[in-house]
Amino acid sequence: MAEHAPVLIVLSPLLGAILVMLTVRLGSVAAWVIALVATATSASAAIATLGRVLQAPEGVIRYQLGGWAPPMGIEYRVDAINSLVTIAIAIVGFLSILYTRSCATIETPSKQPQFYALLLLLMAGLSGVTLTNDAFNLYVLIEICSLTSYGLIAMGTRRAVLASFNYVIIGTIGASFYLLGVGYLYIKTGSLNMEDIRGMIAANETLAASATIEVAFVLMMLGVWMKMALFPLHGWLPNAYAYSPTGTSAFMAPMVTKVMVYVMVRVMLGVFGVDYVFGSNWANVASVLATIAIVAGSVFALSRRDIRRMLGYLIVAEVGYMVGGAWTATQAGMTGAIYHILSDAAMTFCLFLAVGIIIHRTGRHRLDAFDGLFQKMPLTMTLFVIGGLSMIGLPPTCGFISKWYLVQGGIEAGQWHFVVALLISSLVNAILFFRIFERAFFRDIEFESLETHHDPEKAATVLKKVPLSMFIAAAIAAASLFVIGIFNHNLTTWIRAALVNLNL
Amino acid sequence: MSPAVFQLASISAKFNYWIYIILMMIGLFAMIAKNNLIKKLIGMTIFQTAIILFYVSIGVKEGATIPIIEYETLKEYNSQKTGYGAKPDIEPQDYDNPLPHVLMLTAIVVGVSTLGLALAIAQRVFDQFGSLEEDEILEELTHPKPAKEPANG
Repeated sequence: MAEHAPVLIVLSPLLGAILVMLTVRLGSVAAWVIALVATATSASAAIATLGRVLQAPEGVIRYQLGGWAPPMGIEYRVDAINSLVTIAIAIVGFLSILYTRSCATIETPSKQPQFYALLLLLMAGLSGVTLTNDAFNLYVLIEICSLTSYGLIAMGTRRAVLASFNYVIIGTIGASFYLLGVGYLYIKTGSLNMEDIRGMIAANETLAASATIEVAFVLMMLGVWMKMALFPLHGWLPNAYAYSPTGTSAFMAPMVTKVMVYVMVRVMLGVFGVDYVFGSNWANVASVLATIAIVAGSVFALSRRDIRRMLGYLIVAEVGYMVGGAWTATQAGMTGAIYHILSDAAMTFCLFLAVGIIIHRTGRHRLDAFDGLFQKMPLTMTLFVIGGLSMIGLPPTCGFISKWYLVQGGIEAGQWHFVVALLISSLVNAILFFRIFERAFFRDIEFESLETHHDPEKAATVLKKVPLSMFIAAAIAAASLFVIGIFNHNLTTWIRAALVNLNL
Repeated sequence: MSPAVFQLASISAKFNYWIYIILMMIGLFAMIAKNNLIKKLIGMTIFQTAIILFYVSIGVKEGATIPIIEYETLKEYNSQKTGYGAKPDIEPQDYDNPLPHVLMLTAIVVGVSTLGLALAIAQRVFDQFGSLEEDEILEELTHPKPAKEPANG
């Protein structure tokens, strides 16, 4: 059983989704319970896999799907990095399903089972993307993620449908570019197994110098960048996260972009290899793009009044952090980028959960929703403050540690623009969040506008008190910021060991 | 051969790759520049079909046939299979590479489901905004019409 743990990570949400759809008639509670069980199974399989990875001789376990040996068959290659990412996916999935119960009854009352089924499918897709070692299988799984997220976003308010349509267009272009890149790689290497391709590129200099491989590399990078909303290609993200249902954005905002960043790292280190990637001319381009993304994302975030749109632009900036860190070509920068995948997932998750509670409680989604909230909901605001402080990068939280590694990587690589952008972004985050804290501490609640903003009938159903399940999920997310921050030594040691294994 | 003729020859020899590029650009243009959402989706389909054309072209070899071994050939092959070297009739270069084609079966399925989902979303856009023209939708978003009757009664 234990040797099948890697595939269980993907299979249990997949089967859970099917089971949810088969038992639609049993109602939403049954769907919720099935979804919780499926995600809990996935999480325990992921943790078991991490345990096995850490004991494995080279820190790598391989799982052959259906017993077909690579390069013909599809293989899962699990090392410390992607087992950590799958743990993050499974836990975030579990908590957001726990959290979603109360808001889904209000936002998507008639479609709850479908909502859980899509969320589970999205989880299956994301963990598959993280684990697979087959370039084409990766494309199919990326499309599974995309299709489910289009559906999840479109379940939101009026504008969500339009946001979802734009995401369909951009997402399809991105995935198609990736697919084209795989095609060009296949022309030259005749293989789809990532390690097989890397071996061929590393062994053969004329192959590595060929224009076809370069085209493949650029196309795959462009595709992945579109999917992760790197700055000039970020257009779909803020609207999609601002107008989608609370549960959708709570799961998608932390995980989807982060998993795509992992895919980028995987394509860089796993498919093309360190020597090829950092020897190419594209390293500078990517690093400059990341710098622009950080600055632009921060500035846009500062100018937004809608809370979730503001957080969306912060994600655009954070994507810049990770891309920049990965392209410093140093071990510290790459460690920082991968550590930031985890810590940023936890931070955005915490913030989106807290904001979701606040939006539900006040019925408002602009910054004025925060006015005087410390008197009214002190616990939720505490969670929001923890998330905000971690975004700024205060020491005991994980946000500090990841910035530390990223800055270290930037300095080692001599990429000062990246270092400066990181510091500017921290400052902007400080302004951004302290502006909100100030509102929450010192302003008075406008009770009148709170009453008139939604009709009294709806106000009765909309949470007068924060439901316990929502609060528990948000509290665990906030606690995880400290856990990830305090155990940073273990995490970075594992990540470094896995990176050494990938020749970095 | 003069350079111009050589260029022309190399273009005509690889004409399917040129067609794929042209189709892809048409699709990309439609997706980005068209105002009507359905036209955007038509562009998306053209774009995906272009990639399928590309993949199918990869697998084709000159003078090769479909990758199915005929029963007669197989029987002959099996009867001749006495030693390691004695397999004269089945050569890989006689058959097209089936793998890219199989990959495209998956990609076609993905493309169809994307299109289906996108059409469903476009329908919901029409229900919500009463229009499929992007500029009219944006106009409706910024200046909502005061008392608007539902689009389809």
